[in-house]
Amino acid sequence: MASDHIVGIDLGTTNSLVAYMQGETPVVIPGEDGSNLVPSVVALDRDNQPIIGNAARNLLIETPERAVYSIKRLMGRAVEDIREELELFPFRLAEDLQPGEVLRIKLGDKTFTPPEISALILRQLKRNAERYFGGPVTKAVITVPAYFNDAQRQATKDAGRIGGLEVLRLVNEPTAASLAYGLDKKQNGIVAVYDLGGGTFDISILKLHDGIFEVVATNGDTHLGGDDIDNLLITIALDDIRGDLGLDLRRNAEAVQAIRKAVIEAKIALSSQPSVKLDIELPSELAGGKRYQREITRDQFEQLIQPIIDRTVGPCKQALKDANLKPEQIDEVVLVGGSTRIPKVRALVKEMFRHEPHTDLNPDEVVALGAAVQAVILGGGTQATQNMLLLDVTPLSLGIEVAGGVTDKIILRNSTIPASATQFYTTQIDGQANVAIHVLQGERELAKDCRSLARFDLKGIPPMAAGIPRVEVKFLIDANGILNVTAREQRSGKEAEIQVQPSYGLTDDQVESMILDSFDNAEEDFRRRQLIEARNEAATILGALEKGKRSAAWGQLTSDEKKQIAKMEKALLAVNADDDYQAIRRAIDALNQGTMRLAELMMDTAVSSALKGKKMDEADLGEGVTAPHPMAKAEFK
Amino acid sequence: MTTKSTLTAISPKPLPEGTHTCWSCGSMRAAHFCESCGKVQPPTPVDYFTFFGLPPKLTVDVAALEKEFYELSRRLHPDLNARAGSREQEWSLEQSSMLNDAYRTLRDPIKRTEYLLHLEGVALEEQSKSATERARATGEIKKQIVPPDLLEEVFELNMQLEELRMNKKMGEDDPALTAEISQHKHALEAKHEALLQELETYWTDWDNLIDRSFLDQNQGSKAPAEERAKITAKMVDVLNRRNYIRNLVRDVNVALED
Repeated sequence: MASDHIVGIDLGTTNSLVAYMQGETPVVIPGEDGSNLVPSVVALDRDNQPIIGNAARNLLIETPERAVYSIKRLMGRAVEDIREELELFPFRLAEDLQPGEVLRIKLGDKTFTPPEISALILRQLKRNAERYFGGPVTKAVITVPAYFNDAQRQATKDAGRIGGLEVLRLVNEPTAASLAYGLDKKQNGIVAVYDLGGGTFDISILKLHDGIFEVVATNGDTHLGGDDIDNLLITIALDDIRGDLGLDLRRNAEAVQAIRKAVIEAKIALSSQPSVKLDIELPSELAGGKRYQREITRDQFEQLIQPIIDRTVGPCKQALKDANLKPEQIDEVVLVGGSTRIPKVRALVKEMFRHEPHTDLNPDEVVALGAAVQAVILGGGTQATQNMLLLDVTPLSLGIEVAGGVTDKIILRNSTIPASATQFYTTQIDGQANVAIHVLQGERELAKDCRSLARFDLKGIPPMAAGIPRVEVKFLIDANGILNVTAREQRSGKEAEIQVQPSYGLTDDQVESMILDSFDNAEEDFRRRQLIEARNEAATILGALEKGKRSAAWGQLTSDEKKQIAKMEKALLAVNADDDYQAIRRAIDALNQGTMRLAELMMDTAVSSALKGKKMDEADLGEGVTAPHPMAKAEFK
Repeated sequence: MTTKSTLTAISPKPLPEGTHTCWSCGSMRAAHFCESCGKVQPPTPVDYFTFFGLPPKLTVDVAALEKEFYELSRRLHPDLNARAGSREQEWSLEQSSMLNDAYRTLRDPIKRTEYLLHLEGVALEEQSKSATERARATGEIKKQIVPPDLLEEVFELNMQLEELRMNKKMGEDDPALTAEISQHKHALEAKHEALLQELETYWTDWDNLIDRSFLDQNQGSKAPAEERAKITAKMVDVLNRRNYIRNLVRDVNVALED
């Protein structure tokens, strides 16, 4: 069954979501458990099988050494720039990590790169969507923080490929959010999007003009978010426990995770209540049955987090300055990200932009919804997206290292993408065949203070006297915000060969070898998974039927009804042996329909009227039949 | 002819031989996309003015330019060509990056002037921002040509800045001195602004010259190189003075903040 749905995915630090356009409205696709949010947590079970989402969140406390969260913080980063992260997060790096190698995280005794872990989350979202559509999903738009650099974007794109998705576009999260908002209110004006999520902060200022969403400036901090607030509260709790009980739990992963869970709940509660009581059970073998109890008032909480949320002010001011705008010129402010539920954050935004911020759309879902809108635009558009076009910018300047270790900026930040720059290079000595180019990203003047993106080696320059070759190198930032480089020697017209060494990233071959479900097999994989699910479901309904036959209700059926059920049961058993999942599913549906009266009769007469219309697999017949129907679309409407 | 050129008033430059039919449907086409079937066309290497169908003139109707930018974006952007063949996607990427580069350059008065000077083969390197930053970062002493009309003011300001630094070192605070320096700074900023107006008068000279030579060209004569050089030299001088003042203001800001 072919399906050309392109989904929109918000791959978040804390939670991830998948959405699509249902007609003219973007909707979030729930997981099997009915939840829209898939926690961005990956764990390995006892058999080393990956568990993703809510189920993995439980394992975070039970087997913390086999689970990982907030992996987004490590995307596209090198071991030397995550020291701070390692202090605050329980990331366990592989011991045999070589300098310059892509990070690897230990889960149990296996190791994974951050893109591979993200790929597991993406694959889960892909499966949720496939289950929902009843067909394979192979194409997606994935969102990234606007302030993500080239390496972080590339890592995200790699994750998509590893997870079996063709990434049609990376869209900046605040921009995606503005698309979701813009769908309802097609109007012109200047909009500021303030996006404070679990681990990243972005501010984007957009000019809306007859359906064109033109980003004029963006700024942010890729390591600032709700995680930082959690870590602060965890540190305070750990200090308290050490002070009061003389107990150092910092290295006790299980206890830290239990505290983390409690402080997150407290943080969320403080957005709606004036105070909250922390009450955490401590490991009994160490604390002798003592609990950690503490009351936190909203006042105290706001004082504590002030330094963290104040860090969003600088980027906002810079974005306004870059956009050449005063706060009064902003027409609307939109809030995105779970952390913007904190009243103090809202007050800060209101103070900065002198506007009551918009919160009509769920701040957890708006980015995924916007990604779904962009997916439709890429797919050719619908009535709702007609005339809509996103013009985004590159958040950081692109530069080349020149003599003296200085960065020569060739594409400035906030340039509309795609954007390009052409540089000319020549040789220093006679017959020189190679020229090395060091590409950087950042705003600082010295190369060493900027982010190293890649080192290029121009090779195969025809032998000429020094200074004669003229190599034209074109740097092009595409619509994903990712750099592409091409080179040509002009005197000979020869295409110069470019050898790219990404400073922090996977090579193409590495990505290739990591792909979880190969594209070619997408259809086959989908079919196989559907078959397994259909058979499981068949087993469930057949088991329920067996129970039904032993119940008193069976006797109340007419012989005709019994005959009919037996016929359908036989039909299901027959197709169940084959590989046609659709035939199995049809037989299940038939049996479900045919046993509806049996299910009703089995109910206590007192409640049976309330359950009229329930099918066999929905009626509460004891264990084994309460599992949600894997194909029940209606549940998600 | 008016000096204010709107985009609609300008007929697009004739396309090179053999490239004016659409590769896909064969009908006559506009420069960047086919007016008949809408397909993106292979890019041709042209300057930014030509890209927008504009003559190389410096007075630009920015509102009209923006409108044209949006119109072309709706045709050329990769998002709207995502389902096309790989060759067309490639062209769309190149065309839209050129559109963005051209728009970014032409909408900004200074970048536009610098770009025109670049097309005229005039180097601005000595006083340019990147040259200054490079010198700053490497600690080289860069040749700074102080504009003659600023000599006295710069001399006085430098004395005051030196005094301010000395005071800071001693931990002293002299509000009167700070106020004086701030006053100098405001004067410099006003001059910086005034130079833009001066630059605009040279734009008019340039645009008139282009209009005249355009008419002459129709009669077979060339644009007078020496006249072009005379105007561009004046523009270079203004830009250099402007850059000098900008760097000076930056130094003052640093000194005041420290």
